[in-house]
Amino acid sequence: MSKEKTNYLKKPGVQSFVSSVICIILGLLIAFIVLLLINPAGAFASIMEVIKNFLHFKNPTLRLRFFGETLVKTVPLLMCALAVLFSYKVGLFNIGTPGQYCAGICAAIYAALKWQWGWLPCVLLAMLAGAALASIVGVLKAYLNVNEVISGIMLNWIVLYFTNATLTAVKNPASKDTLTIASVNKAGLLPTMGLDNLFKDKYVTIAIPIAILIAVAIMIILDKTKFGYELKATGINKDAAKYCGMMEKTNIIVTLVISGALAGLGAAFYYLTDFEQWAVTQSTVPAMGFNGIAATFLGGLNPIGTIFSSYFITHITAGGAFVDLTKYSSQITDLISALIIYLCGFVLFMKTTMNNMIKKSEAKRHVKQANVNDEGGDK
Amino acid sequence: MLLLIQYTLIFASVLILVALGGCYSEHSGVINLGLEGIMVMGALGGALAMRYLPVSLPGFIFILLVLFFAILVGVVYSSLLAVASINFKADQTIVGTALNMLGTAAATVIVKAINTAANPNDVSSIIQYIEPKKKFIMYFGSFEFNWFMFITLVILFGAWFVLYKTKFGLRLMACGEHPQAAASVGINVFKMRWSGVLISGGLGGLGGICYILAGVSEWRFEYGVAGFGFLALAVMIFGQWKPTRIALAALMFGFFRALSNTYMGFGFLAALNLPSTIYNMLPYIISLIVLALTSKNSKAPKAEGIPYDQGMR
Repeated sequence: MSKEKTNYLKKPGVQSFVSSVICIILGLLIAFIVLLLINPAGAFASIMEVIKNFLHFKNPTLRLRFFGETLVKTVPLLMCALAVLFSYKVGLFNIGTPGQYCAGICAAIYAALKWQWGWLPCVLLAMLAGAALASIVGVLKAYLNVNEVISGIMLNWIVLYFTNATLTAVKNPASKDTLTIASVNKAGLLPTMGLDNLFKDKYVTIAIPIAILIAVAIMIILDKTKFGYELKATGINKDAAKYCGMMEKTNIIVTLVISGALAGLGAAFYYLTDFEQWAVTQSTVPAMGFNGIAATFLGGLNPIGTIFSSYFITHITAGGAFVDLTKYSSQITDLISALIIYLCGFVLFMKTTMNNMIKKSEAKRHVKQANVNDEGGDK
Repeated sequence: MLLLIQYTLIFASVLILVALGGCYSEHSGVINLGLEGIMVMGALGGALAMRYLPVSLPGFIFILLVLFFAILVGVVYSSLLAVASINFKADQTIVGTALNMLGTAAATVIVKAINTAANPNDVSSIIQYIEPKKKFIMYFGSFEFNWFMFITLVILFGAWFVLYKTKFGLRLMACGEHPQAAASVGINVFKMRWSGVLISGGLGGLGGICYILAGVSEWRFEYGVAGFGFLALAVMIFGQWKPTRIALAALMFGFFRALSNTYMGFGFLAALNLPSTIYNMLPYIISLIVLALTSKNSKAPKAEGIPYDQGMR
């Protein structure tokens, strides 16, 4: 009985899951302590609101609607997380994801509002924009050895200013936001295929099932194809890959292009639902890309795990809106996701500890077993 | 013109301080991508000190105390990076990124909590320091001399001296080049890396308080420090991890950053009528180009980013 149990814990997948759960619990616990320090009264209620999110409502229709909206917001996060994951599997840390996401926003909104394109060309253009931006990082990395983290960050800022300047042309004159797509070009909105009726929410579109399919596709590409294998081999050892006849420079660029395209796609999947408009006075790149990093690592670097972790992070972020704002700030959820990423740094340590514990208990059992055998021999 | 020089010098000071911080950490073998977050936390420490210290204190002591708190918070915060990346062998890129997010989020939560506690209707994340700021500034004619320019010069010289002329500095650099070799001659790599990261935390915190005192007299902590931590890393790479070159690189970057604040004052630049966006982008574009030109023959410490494993001799 106990033998089966230890074998179960030996599986890498289970270990990743356990580590992620530990990260979440510790993250929530630290956030709870922070709330306690700020104001002890109401700390527990507030952290429960964060965890409950749409369950905050008693009315089932409202619950369903807010669940739908949480899913709508999960989509861009999932796409950004997949973008980070794809490049990370190839040994590249694409911290330019927020910028590529931003480029996707710029392309999608501009094409939908200014050129009045249909939704599909808008989506493709957004992908292209993200991919093009990421290719700059890739070329700099492959041919000029520029650290992808630094160049990614620099491009984030450049794109942010560019997006603000470009989208000012399609701004609502009465506010700082861009116009809604519904008011200008209904064909630019993503089709809903009846999902809006299902959730009683007009923002729920085909983006949600497509995003999940893409996550599955990414897993198949990385684990089951020669292409994915070559990319991963390049990530593990660039020189060995080159020696085996792989085009290591091209592989680096291709990886980042795919990663950027995923981020751009995420932007189109969100902004073409009209759920949110771009404020042209934004002073930082959207946090979506950075939260994507959190979702990637919380998901144990597994595309399917990433679906759940993206949902979880969106869930608590949305729950942040329900905390008692007279006592606390809604940024407490940013704090939780930041804490979770930090704790994810310890995952390697947790796994080693788990393995050590298993080894120890197995060694003990072997000793016991040996003793039992010895005793049996005496009789 | 004077304004351009003034802004160039103050921005260069920020970049020099933070880049030197990065330089110490990387020479010890730890990549500190969390400088941005450390700057925010240092700025928070300094700003809170300015808010609560009595303004009646003599200027010199006041400045020292503000610096002390900025450095202290920076050091304490950077220990989060040290413990994860040195003792627990965590991925330094992830932890650094987490520190950046955590810095802004934590600072915002803390400042909002303080503001709301003082006045329930105030949910902003702003700290004002109009009076205290005056203590940091001296006027030579119309030139606004900020004490940080002097402090930076002292620290720059100190950093060069410690790194190249002391036993500690040379040992620190050995740990970033080949930690196993350093350990074989009796150097405690863990201790050296801890010192490298903590020094970078202190310098990052100092850079943070310097940054928020550069132009304005109040700071909204939601904004973070606008990528200055990363600009400083670009400066450090361009400066090839050497203090003197870092100073020159920082002056160049500071100049382009200052240009975006002051270009309206130049007849010929204003006449070009370029959108302000171009000037905002300029420091980042220049740093990309510079990185593209200089990264090929990188003089980066050889063991940076690799957790120290005693078993790998």
